[in-house]
Amino acid sequence: MPNTDRRKGMLELRSRLTWAVRRFFHLAGYLEIDTPVRVPTPAMELYINAEPSGEGFLRTSPELHMKRLLAAGHEKIFQIGPCFRAGEAGTHHRPEFTLLEWYRTGTDAAGILEETKALLHFVAGELHLREKDLSAWEILEVAEAFEHHAGWNPLRDFDADRFDQDLVDKIEPALSREHPVVLQHYPAERGALARLKPADPRVAERWELYLDGLEIANAYSELTDTDEQRRRFASWGRERALMGKEVYDLDEDFLAALPHMPEAGGIALGMDRLTMFFCDTDDIHDVIAF
Amino acid sequence: MYSASDLRKGLKIEIDGEPHLVVDFQFSKPGKGQALYKCKLKNVKTGAQFEKTYRSVEKIGKPDLRDKDMSYSYPDGINYVFIDPNTYDQVIVDADVVGDMKNFLEEDMNCKVLFHNDTPLEITLPNFVEKTIEETEPGAKGDTATNVTKPAKIENGYELRVPLFINIGDTVRVDTRTGEYTDRVSKG
Repeated sequence: MPNTDRRKGMLELRSRLTWAVRRFFHLAGYLEIDTPVRVPTPAMELYINAEPSGEGFLRTSPELHMKRLLAAGHEKIFQIGPCFRAGEAGTHHRPEFTLLEWYRTGTDAAGILEETKALLHFVAGELHLREKDLSAWEILEVAEAFEHHAGWNPLRDFDADRFDQDLVDKIEPALSREHPVVLQHYPAERGALARLKPADPRVAERWELYLDGLEIANAYSELTDTDEQRRRFASWGRERALMGKEVYDLDEDFLAALPHMPEAGGIALGMDRLTMFFCDTDDIHDVIAF
Repeated sequence: MYSASDLRKGLKIEIDGEPHLVVDFQFSKPGKGQALYKCKLKNVKTGAQFEKTYRSVEKIGKPDLRDKDMSYSYPDGINYVFIDPNTYDQVIVDADVVGDMKNFLEEDMNCKVLFHNDTPLEITLPNFVEKTIEETEPGAKGDTATNVTKPAKIENGYELRVPLFINIGDTVRVDTRTGEYTDRVSKG
């Protein structure tokens, strides 16, 4: 097939995929919402850098605003929109990309996993892409994957550099390409905005989905403890300062809303990468028009 | 020094004093983790290939590389002598640096020599050279097809595939980057 026809076909599939995702959430009773793309201060995370814009920044994800809507009483919300991360460019990354995020109160990371399975089955059916095997999901514990492929347990002695390097060099290349893989229960140090397991605080209730060996989505049992959230932001700010990176102001509107946020599960899923999976391409630029 | 974000396919870097070529490159960032730069590297001197992943804070050696226009002069034992046309300085280039390019070198040919810390590392010839066919089966008359080929030799014994209509004494153009026949320049 000539290259232009191949590209045209991928953009058409992308459009149908986005439509199918919207249909899934509307049928499930979700509210589609839009939150600001330009924000006064971005969510502080260790390794995510925001692009300045006007007096503020372009959002790196819609997470904090969506959680404010949960605190305001919304129970099921989703959003599809552009996010921006400085310096992330490659065949699997673009500094401007499209995230699907959804949040549901009264559930946790495990509940979001079941919903993610249902979403992928639904969209594969709507797109008539039944040759993609989404029937068997392999659920792997992060600690076991590291012990097996890297020979150490990151829950016992966490080492940030070694963790990231082994994840990329040893764990990800070993993941199955045949069916979806979920890596779950990350070390607390890589918990980001996830709640820690009440029975084992070394472990965060966080999982990541891999399709064809490529990371597609990141899900949490959401952290709702405001003091703990404040402590994490402060510690990431200190580490960012040590790395010579910009330290962002705390989002006090979010922190003020957090005590009112009920228990919830949430997830961010890369729409560009999900399109790549259904289009069988390994280059993110194939599925983006410009 | 380079920083990890300078890494890209085709860049030459220095590791333990040796020049290395980035053969393949992948930006990687595990969820919530730091940016990592996965490289497939080739030691330019030994050809040895291996993989290495750099973190964004790492500094990477920048080799002292200089390209110089030089003209080929004569073979010296197993090595080759090149001359700087401006200063008449002579440089001996090792046979393993010249490699297969020896088949196409001609006296006074303008070449580029890439130096690493004043040691020749690579030579680049003009993209095309003209060579006379010394040996081949007789050409089939009227057969102008270029997709059917036969073996042929040029003056120094280098063998390449040519179309059936090529005869002994014909002058052909050869692509030095691939070592392959491109077209016929004149009949012998």
